[in-house]
Amino acid sequence: MVFNPCKKKVGRWIIEILINVFLLSMLAVTALIVVRTQNLFAVAMLTGIYSLLSATFFTLLDAVDVAFTEAAVGAGVSTVLMLGTLSLVGHRQKKQRTVQIVPLLIVTVTGLILMYGTLDIPPFGEADNPVHLHETTVHYLEESSHETGMPNVVTSVLASYRGYDTMGETTVIFTAMVGVLLLMSGRRKDEIGGTDDGE
Amino acid sequence: MESNPILRIATKIMTPYILLFALYVQFHGDYGPGGGFQAGVIFAAAFVLYALIYGIETARLVLPMGVATLCGALGVLIYAGVGIATMLLGGGFLEYGFLDSHDAEHGQHLGILLVELGVLTTVFGVMVVIFYSFAGRGRVEE
Repeated sequence: MVFNPCKKKVGRWIIEILINVFLLSMLAVTALIVVRTQNLFAVAMLTGIYSLLSATFFTLLDAVDVAFTEAAVGAGVSTVLMLGTLSLVGHRQKKQRTVQIVPLLIVTVTGLILMYGTLDIPPFGEADNPVHLHETTVHYLEESSHETGMPNVVTSVLASYRGYDTMGETTVIFTAMVGVLLLMSGRRKDEIGGTDDGE
Repeated sequence: MESNPILRIATKIMTPYILLFALYVQFHGDYGPGGGFQAGVIFAAAFVLYALIYGIETARLVLPMGVATLCGALGVLIYAGVGIATMLLGGGFLEYGFLDSHDAEHGQHLGILLVELGVLTTVFGVMVVIFYSFAGRGRVEE
């Protein structure tokens, strides 16, 4: 009886590891298929699947808000935008038979450097990680509910404590719209003229 | 896609629920995961779905390009406006506590609600504008 809770914990840990390995290998497989596929419509759908898998992974890491955004933006809207773009530019990739050494080398080296970088990151979910011990974190977690009246700390940090940042982000999104409008609306007038003549 | 009755009916049934879910995500953001950004994207996704099935011209009758552009700008205005309002009430920029002279916590709640509304409006407008700009152009091939 004494060993039961411990055994349960080990069992849970093994299941978690198995799910993580499964999801990460699915991500790797999807990425490889994206590289190999020539049909760009299929590639757009596969990147949507990639986003959805990432969202699942974020949920496992307890980052529900991030997972939510990834599923809505990555799997939903950006896939549609990608398909919309493909309908403009055509969905056939230019044939490329030769293996390009330099990009492959750069990607491999960057990947290895990033992996080396993760060695310095403190282990995931440990109670005494610097991020959990820092006084800012402690303040947010303990004071936020009666300083802002918000049970959800993510919201209170985003909208209140870090309100400036969120305003900056909103402005960035607004700037994206201005950019798209400037780039896309100029030529559209000519095209509308063109189709009007044709119809 | 415009002649497929199953897709048309399914879209008709789904769209109000997607919009409702977006509002739920928006207003439940105080208690659970979610907030203005996610809600804005979901709200826009409802219109994207509508435009995909019923055609972009029909969608533009429901939500004209100009209105979407206005939304994109209005959200930032709401956000910055809250900041200016708190400054006028004697606080710092975006110091929501000053929005309610009696209860600072209540002011915080109100401020966050308004700011999230601003984020929702901008994200929704921008997503729809970008979608219209890309999908509404004449096709080069075919």
